[in-house]
Amino acid sequence: MARFVTRRIVSMLFVMFAVSVLTFLIFNVIPNGDPAVRMAGKQPTEEQIEEIREEWSFDKSIPEQYVVTMEKLFTGDMISYFTQLDVVDEIIKGIPRTLSLAIGAALIWMAFGVGLGLFTAMRAGKISDTLLTVLALIGISMPVFWVGALMNHYLGFELGIFPNGGYVEFSESPVDWAYHLILPWTALSILFIGVYSRVLRSNVLDTINEDYVRTARAKGLSERRVLFKHVLRNSLIPVVTLWGLDFAVVIGGGAILTETVFGLQGVGQYAADAIGQLDVPPILAVTMFGAFFVVFVNAIVDIGYAALDPRIRLESDSASA
Amino acid sequence: MAARDQVATAEAGTDLSLGVPPELAGQKGKGTAGASPWRLAGRRLKRNKAALAFGVLFLVLVGVCLAAPIYSSSIANRTASDQPASDETATDNGEEVLVVGLDGIPIGPTWEKEYFLGADSSGRDVAVRLLYGGRNSLLIGSLAALGTILMGVALGLLAGYFRGWVDGVISRIMDVIWSFPVILIGIALGTALALGGLDLGDFSFGLIPITIAGDSLAIPIMIIAVVYIPYLARPIRGQVLALREKEFVEAARAQGMGSFRIMFGEILPNVVTTLIVFFPLLIANAILLEAALSFLGAGVRAPNPSWGTMINDGVDRIVTAPTLAIVPGAMLVLTVLSLNVFGDGVRDALDPRAKVRIDH
Repeated sequence: MARFVTRRIVSMLFVMFAVSVLTFLIFNVIPNGDPAVRMAGKQPTEEQIEEIREEWSFDKSIPEQYVVTMEKLFTGDMISYFTQLDVVDEIIKGIPRTLSLAIGAALIWMAFGVGLGLFTAMRAGKISDTLLTVLALIGISMPVFWVGALMNHYLGFELGIFPNGGYVEFSESPVDWAYHLILPWTALSILFIGVYSRVLRSNVLDTINEDYVRTARAKGLSERRVLFKHVLRNSLIPVVTLWGLDFAVVIGGGAILTETVFGLQGVGQYAADAIGQLDVPPILAVTMFGAFFVVFVNAIVDIGYAALDPRIRLESDSASA
Repeated sequence: MAARDQVATAEAGTDLSLGVPPELAGQKGKGTAGASPWRLAGRRLKRNKAALAFGVLFLVLVGVCLAAPIYSSSIANRTASDQPASDETATDNGEEVLVVGLDGIPIGPTWEKEYFLGADSSGRDVAVRLLYGGRNSLLIGSLAALGTILMGVALGLLAGYFRGWVDGVISRIMDVIWSFPVILIGIALGTALALGGLDLGDFSFGLIPITIAGDSLAIPIMIIAVVYIPYLARPIRGQVLALREKEFVEAARAQGMGSFRIMFGEILPNVVTTLIVFFPLLIANAILLEAALSFLGAGVRAPNPSWGTMINDGVDRIVTAPTLAIVPGAMLVLTVLSLNVFGDGVRDALDPRAKVRIDH
């Protein structure tokens, strides 16, 4: 196990390095034109561009530029040339909001996804299964920013049942915090509920035909016990894995659309707001930290998985992957 | 990434054969003896009425969007960018009303030839823009999906066939792209390329200096094609790893066939079902991603309409004119839904056990 963990951490660090190189290339090397002009945002002056060229070493070699970029990212002296604010500070400010959104939504989509998946699997082929499966497909087909904007307008603005955007700190009032987040949580969950219920439904239908389920029935266990102890437990494993990975993606920037539509001012919206001004530093930093986080959680999920299932660590110890 | 592989193999399925399902084998009247797997799949798809209906719906939507110039010139009498004079009026419910009111609120749906679905805040005909925007969204979606398929297959074949360092390099690159949340790498590329565009001269060794402008539709197409490659290349690689050990590949090698002929002539036909299953689902996801990028301002650039940019405009004015957001969104949902239902049907027909999944 120790060997597996070490290998997994080494490979995580390697992927993180590759991620940082790719992000650097995307912003500073692949596009056409002067990177200093791009970094400076809209309508910069000649002196500003010259200053940025100096500061980011854009006149030096590409490896040197990479080193300077990474230094700026980690020493926290990367500033947005549009707002003149420190990028890392602004990201840290957004983290509690993004976390609030992600945690609540993840709980909702897991609960409803599993519930719906189990329900439809039990009624496979019946009308209720067909109807709910269609609903799940509709959920998967709707863009989150469109659903969010309509919910915000009709339920928040027109009917006034929910607040029309905005965010309240948890420490200020937990009730208001949740009240302001109900719509964003719901909007963000819809897609995942659709996906998870479909994955779980097909997993349950596969598991039901396994020999050990027949054995459990044959020895006289109640249908309920068979379902929860034998079928659900095994069908849940891949769903829980997905959950970990999707949760990481949502925190690592995947919630950018939801945050923007509801004006939550989280990490994602910080990057989204920078797009309109072509303000590159915030987008660069959010992209890099977001991907780092996803890589990190991937490694944690793998290690957790290996701790639970010895086959995995044996497999990857013998294979080169 | 063991856990992901675990999920991925469970999804893609390791069974490559198109077995005859018991319910068809026993079908009376139509024997399955001698029927090709394709014919069997076709028969299975034919029985799936919902999938067929949505497939037809998708074709209708494509046809309607392709007819945009006809609608624009002979029915609505307006192009997608025509802006009316400030005192121009249109008939709504038998009354003459200003296209854009003095309070800045545009005319709502008139259900007449002109301004059938109303006007946007600059007085442009929403119905005309909806069809032209649909053309762009569908074009971006299908070309991006095609690009993903071409590059994903090439990389998957190379990695799976040659193994060793080729596989190592390709798989690591796929891991890296997969590490980025799709939307984040999309906006990163979108904003980085917005100002100066892309100079392809660097990649063609200066032989063919091609520059793609920052506001070109080719930029979102390339971005979307690239970010979805790992979702296709990984399952293809897995299948090729299994296929290259089969007897027919050995036979081809014994006959002295070259690696590339074996890859493209012998192995490729065996992964075609996976590609067919992926294609409609990839288009659906590409259309959704285009809309998301355009909504954030990192996709299609003005004045080009697309459903995403139209939703973006509509959301800004949702309080005064909610139809501007509802209409393009509804078209988008209808299109993506029809692709998803049809794609599901195709998957069930071709490979009932596989569970293709694409992240958002």
